Amino acid sequence: MRAALVAEYRKLLTTRLWWLLLIVMVGYLVFIAAVVSTTFVFVPDGQEPPLAGEAAARSVYSVVNGVGYVFPLIIGSLAMTTEFRHKTITQSLLVEPDRTRFLVAKVLSVVPVGLVAGLVGVLATVAGGAPLLQIKGDGAMLGRSDVLVGLLFSVVAIALWAVIGVAVGSVLSNQVAAIVVILAFTQFVEPLARVVLSQVDALAGVAAYLPGGAADSLIGASFLGATGDVDLLPRWAAVLVLLAYVVVLGVIGRLTTLRRDIG
Amino acid sequence: MTVPPLVIDGLTKQFGAVKAVDDLAFTVRPGAVTGFLGPNGAGKTTTLRMLLGLTRPTAGRALVGDRPYTSYERPGTVVGAALEASSFHPGRTGLGHLEVFAPQVGVSKQRCRQVLEAVGLDHAAKQRVGKYSLGMRQRLGLATALLADPPVIVLDEPTNGLDPEGIVWIRRLLRQFAAEGRTVLVSSHLLREVEASVDDVVVIAQGRLRHASTLAELRTRATPAAYVETPRPDALATLAADRGWTVQPDGDGTLVDGANAAEVGAAAHAAGLELHELVRRDVDLEALFFELTRPEEAR
Repeated sequence: MRAALVAEYRKLLTTRLWWLLLIVMVGYLVFIAAVVSTTFVFVPDGQEPPLAGEAAARSVYSVVNGVGYVFPLIIGSLAMTTEFRHKTITQSLLVEPDRTRFLVAKVLSVVPVGLVAGLVGVLATVAGGAPLLQIKGDGAMLGRSDVLVGLLFSVVAIALWAVIGVAVGSVLSNQVAAIVVILAFTQFVEPLARVVLSQVDALAGVAAYLPGGAADSLIGASFLGATGDVDLLPRWAAVLVLLAYVVVLGVIGRLTTLRRDIG
Repeated sequence: MTVPPLVIDGLTKQFGAVKAVDDLAFTVRPGAVTGFLGPNGAGKTTTLRMLLGLTRPTAGRALVGDRPYTSYERPGTVVGAALEASSFHPGRTGLGHLEVFAPQVGVSKQRCRQVLEAVGLDHAAKQRVGKYSLGMRQRLGLATALLADPPVIVLDEPTNGLDPEGIVWIRRLLRQFAAEGRTVLVSSHLLREVEASVDDVVVIAQGRLRHASTLAELRTRATPAAYVETPRPDALATLAADRGWTVQPDGDGTLVDGANAAEVGAAAHAAGLELHELVRRDVDLEALFFELTRPEEAR
């Protein structure tokens, strides 16, 4: 298993795409966090800001997950789909014919990269959102323990997204298909589903079990929370829900893509 | 180093209605280079993929020694295989590619450099594989196969895209592997490509075994022959009988087996025998191979 892990880790480090994605992620998050912070800081006279104080800060910082999660998802999915796109899967399975071990190693190997993405993403978000909050708003709140814990769990959430990405890639081994589905799901399907579900009392709780809802629960704040009330799960439950997505998708990938003949 | 043979036993692969490999059976012995021959689409690559656990057989089995490839803990240390020249990540360097697969065959980064040097790619170690020529990719594939210095070597069409110098180089390498006692299986769609380097030949077509023997034995089937037209076939028959050649009527003339056209011409000239036509009819290795791999319905 150790050898398989080292091999998978080297596969990531010897390609460039993931850090190009990280650079884009940083630029995007700085921009989005700054934009979101203006909505709390520049409020027309006579109106209340949608959120204030610590809640405003946490909402701004939550964009690292709420908006940024598409990046680790794609990075993770690329780790798997690249094998099929460039047919390196042949050589990979020649040296590791145990396909379950191959998949598990692949899933675990993105954790370090995911943590780096999380750290970089959190720093970018704070860099983009904190200045305005500090200068014109109620403060950047970076001394508050709840805010810091939220940021810490954001790093974990981003790493988990990378892991989920690998599992998605194992189900959708076609690189283009995987990216299209990830973009469609994260940018359209899930946000829409969460808004719709939150309007139906009987289903409001379900939204928290969607991957994005679970990740918001993990960091303890939702970007969507700025516009509507969102039910959140306890942190431990959120982690379990996210890991369940990894396991379910991974098992499907193992029984479909990785069961087939290669070549 | 105990060197396992490769054992293909009743191997069958069905894709829908098509039997890509049909009840194939042969053995590849250690200490020799075996040419795995057949036209494109004969089922060679599918057979190799089943041998290496990438494709599941519909029936039968393929063994490395006494067990399947996939049952080895580190199969890459037992069998070094190079299947296609296109399965590299174009963004990785040649050296990076080898270093990725090094841990699972238990070799160091230093060994990666060493192998890269051995296949003549040390100058391109830090170059991205996307910029490699086909010949360079063949060499990198070979380097990957040789990483763990394995006792069994399986190469699929290794001469494709190689320049003449590279072909000579790979021939020498294959001979060296056999001399070291390794089991070597090399596929090709041309007998000519591997004729100079193989000891044994396994010929398949349409997924079925057509011939398996040593190359020497196949050679004995190749005979010189000449087609002759003469007004005195009886004299020709006597002349041939004196020399141990066989004759048989062939259309308007006679087919002489066991002698080439020059020998028949010289003998006729010496005997004062009048010839009206003298044509080469040698069955050479290439013709024999062509005959062996002809589609079944055309035979």
